[in-house]
Amino acid sequence: MIPLRDWPIQRKLTAIFLLISGLVLLLTSAAFVTYQVITLRRMTLKDLSTLGRVIATNSTAALAFANEGDAREILAALRAQPHVVAAGLYDATGRLFARYPPDLAADSLPATPPVDGYRFERGHLVGVEPVAQTANARLDSLYLESDVKAVRDAARLTGIIGTVVVAIALLAAYVLGRALQGRIADPILALTETAKAVSTRQDYSVRAPPSGRDELGALTDTFNQMLARIEEQDRALRESKTELEQRVADRTQELAERNEALRRNAAELLAANTELDAFAYSVSHDLRAPLRSIDGFSQVLLEDYGPKLDEAGRDSLQRVRANSQRMATLIDDLLKLARVTRSEMRTEAVDLSAIARDIVGDLQRAAPERPVEFAIAPGLSARGDSRLLRVVLENLLRNSWKYTGNQARPRIEFGSTGGNGERVFMVRDNGAGFDMKYADKLFGVFQRLHTASEFEGTGVGLATVRRIITRHGGRIWAEGAVDQGATFYFTIVTARAGPGGPS
Amino acid sequence: MNSGHILLVEDNSDDVALTMRALKSHNITNEVIVARDGVQALEYLFGKDGGSGPEELPAVVLLDLKLPRVNGMEVLQRIRAEERTKLLPVVILTSSDEERDVVDGYSLGANSYVRKPVDFVEFTQAAKQLGLYWLLMNRAAVAPRKK
Repeated sequence: MIPLRDWPIQRKLTAIFLLISGLVLLLTSAAFVTYQVITLRRMTLKDLSTLGRVIATNSTAALAFANEGDAREILAALRAQPHVVAAGLYDATGRLFARYPPDLAADSLPATPPVDGYRFERGHLVGVEPVAQTANARLDSLYLESDVKAVRDAARLTGIIGTVVVAIALLAAYVLGRALQGRIADPILALTETAKAVSTRQDYSVRAPPSGRDELGALTDTFNQMLARIEEQDRALRESKTELEQRVADRTQELAERNEALRRNAAELLAANTELDAFAYSVSHDLRAPLRSIDGFSQVLLEDYGPKLDEAGRDSLQRVRANSQRMATLIDDLLKLARVTRSEMRTEAVDLSAIARDIVGDLQRAAPERPVEFAIAPGLSARGDSRLLRVVLENLLRNSWKYTGNQARPRIEFGSTGGNGERVFMVRDNGAGFDMKYADKLFGVFQRLHTASEFEGTGVGLATVRRIITRHGGRIWAEGAVDQGATFYFTIVTARAGPGGPS
Repeated sequence: MNSGHILLVEDNSDDVALTMRALKSHNITNEVIVARDGVQALEYLFGKDGGSGPEELPAVVLLDLKLPRVNGMEVLQRIRAEERTKLLPVVILTSSDEERDVVDGYSLGANSYVRKPVDFVEFTQAAKQLGLYWLLMNRAAVAPRKK
């Protein structure tokens, strides 16, 4: 059995209608039947007492003269009143004088007359009327007994009528209720259907049919407005989704194009790299050979014909030799720079302090007479290509070594500073330094801030250093002042320099 | 001093002249046979047109890498492939010090790799060292006599 709470609303409404009208009808019918019964009883009582008084009055003479025959005659007149089932006249001594009907068994009547008055006893109406000659002289008593069949019949009839009326009224209430409940239930059912349609089909374009101007109408209107808003938002959502999809498609297309461009670029780069490779290879082999001849035969000239030449001639030949050797150094340095760009990167943990100590050891062995003070911070390390990082430190430390050549108390330092959470390495010296005006020229190829007679060099070293630092995702910069020394700072961001592959 | 001869594989006549001079200036008087390219070198070592090679193999081969027709690496490969010459001392003497040349050279079984210095004084020194080492110090495996 479904609990009342879960009944469909139509059934609930019908039940409520029937319950209320049934209750009202029942109460009304009960009141009506009760009233009918009470009225009937009263009337029956009144009728019997009237009858009693009439018979009592008529019986006065018969009793006064103890005329039994007359008395019987008078009682026999009760035949006209079929509801009187028994009657009896008692004399002053209380002896039964006459009875009606004549064949009535003696024990059907009370032996002595009961108390005066009319009352309902044992489903019958019983009455005792005094029979008196005058107002004060009592002679006898009249006993009357009437059945209440009429009352009962009337009560039954009323009950039947009541029941029929209730039934008809309930039927009418049911029919009417069925017809009228639609006014309440239909809009609710329509709302329910609409909501169901929205939720199952995700179709926000459906609308509940409009109903009257009552609360249900307001509810329907509000619901429809809500649907309209949802539909609008849904459409906006769909539109933005479509737009988004379009944008994604566009972006994908764009990315594909860019990828294609990148792929082309990579192919071009690869081709360029291969070309550069071939170029460097042939430079390495072919460009040096003529230099060797120039130098070699100049030396041959000096050896074989030196005595025949004057001082100027020999000096010229020496200059030819010096320049061919310088050219060879330039070529070598350029090849190194090219190699730094071409070579594959192998990322590993690199002990920079150890490398620095190693280089410093080489420098000191090469020129033990130079009193250079070194300060190398211990435990400095970075992730990168150890071979390339060695080239960096080699260039920077050799530079410092070179440019402190004229310093009375040369000092070279390798350490780090931690600026902004970023590890910054530095190589500092107190050598010749440079003018900050030209700081941006330091790292250009063949850019030199000193003449070859001051400090020799090709101007490729720092370009090589910067190329390596860039390949490690880092930056390099310098600070200095003329005759105040120079400090070179660099960072290494190994995360961006993946293992292997030229970046 | 070893009486053996030297096979110099070199296409640059200047380099040939300078090498000869450098050797001579250090009194290395061994015979120097010059091959001007890889083909000539192979012809000398293995004979021309099905002919046979020299009676006695050179004490050392000084091999340039960048050569016309057949390059130095190929010559080295042939030398190491042949039963008779597989133990022949070969010194690569070239202009380049490209890493891959060095690696390839040693991988193919070169005994030494020397870069020709531009400075002729250094070059002379290198030639002297080479001569002294390969002709005097080094004891080569005895090459099988030609049948």
